[in-house]
Amino acid sequence: MKFGVVVFPGSNCDYDTFHALQNVMGQETVFLWHKASDLQNVDCVVLPGGFSYGDYLRSGAIARFSPVMAEVKKFAAGGGLVLGICNGFQILQESGLLPGAMLRNKHLKFLCQPVYVKIDNSRTPFSQAGRKDQVLNIPIAHFDGNYYAPPGVLTELERKRQIVFRYCDERGQLTEEANVNGSLHHIAGVINEQGNVLGMMPHPERASEKIVGSDDGQVIFQSIIDYLEKRAGSQKKKAAKKVRPVVSPLPPLIGNL
Amino acid sequence: MKVRILVSLKPSVLDPQGQVVKNALHTLGYQTVKDVRQGKIFEIELENTDRQVVEKLVPEMADKVLANPIIENFTWEIIEG
Repeated sequence: MKFGVVVFPGSNCDYDTFHALQNVMGQETVFLWHKASDLQNVDCVVLPGGFSYGDYLRSGAIARFSPVMAEVKKFAAGGGLVLGICNGFQILQESGLLPGAMLRNKHLKFLCQPVYVKIDNSRTPFSQAGRKDQVLNIPIAHFDGNYYAPPGVLTELERKRQIVFRYCDERGQLTEEANVNGSLHHIAGVINEQGNVLGMMPHPERASEKIVGSDDGQVIFQSIIDYLEKRAGSQKKKAAKKVRPVVSPLPPLIGNL
Repeated sequence: MKVRILVSLKPSVLDPQGQVVKNALHTLGYQTVKDVRQGKIFEIELENTDRQVVEKLVPEMADKVLANPIIENFTWEIIEG
C-alpha cells in the first residue's frame, strides 16, 4: 500500500512517521509537500505531528489554508483514508474534517510522556487490528490536546461510536489522573461520521518498535494496511504485494517554503 | 480604517489560563477579583473605509480565521477612521 506523509513548514514528526511506515511496516511511502496539488495516488494520507506554521494563531489554524489541504479534503470526500497525528489532528479539526477543538492542557503544561489509551471502537480502518478495550502504550507530546466539543456534539460522538481512543490507566480504567490533559470524555482520538478520517493526539510512530519502549503504535498502522489490502483485494481479487522492509536513508525533502 | 477585534473563549468553555491569572491576582491580595478570562487582540488596518463594507468584512474574517467558533467568541470595534 502507498502512504503519503504531508510536510508543512514546522512539521517535525514527518521523518519518524516516514520511518515507521516504510522501514518498520514495509510500505511504500512518499512525502507530500504542503504546496503539492497532487497526492501521487497514495492510498492513505498521514498528517504528522509538529508545529505547522509555528502554531501561530491557533495550532493547525494556518495549515488548513495550504494548497495540499484542498487535495486532502477532496481525497477524504472520496473515501480516502486520512490519519492526523497530534498537530495533524488539530489541522483536521481546523479544516472541519473532524469535530471539536483543542484547548490548552488542563495544567497548562506541555506534556511529553508515555500514556495509556484504550481502543473504544475496534471496528474502524484505524483500529481493527486491535481488540475493543485493548490498552495501548503510546506517547503524547502536546500543549493543546484538551479535547473540547459542545455537549450536543459529544452526545452524538458517543452515540455514533466515533470516539476511537480514550486516555486510561494501565488497566484500562478511565481515572481522572489518567486523563492527563483534561479532555472531555477522555477523548484521545475521534473518527469522522463516514469512518475514513481519524485524528489522535498520541504518536503511534513514536511507539512502533520495541527498542523505543513500545510497539503498540503498530496496531494503528497495521489496521490501515489490513483495511487497504482487503479493499484492494476485493477490487482486484488479489492481495497487494508487501514491500520488503528496507533500512535505507530517507529521501531529502525537496521544495521551497 | 482601523478595527480592533477581541477574541476570547466562550463563557461555557473552561479557560485554564484565566484561572491561573485569577489565582495569581488573589495571591497578590486582589481579593475582589471574581473572574478572569484571557483573550487575543487583533488590530487590522483596512483600505476600505466604507462602513457598510467593513461591517460585513470584519465579522466574516473573524468567523473564518481569527476565531474558532467552536470555542471562541469575538467582538469588534472601529478604533480609527
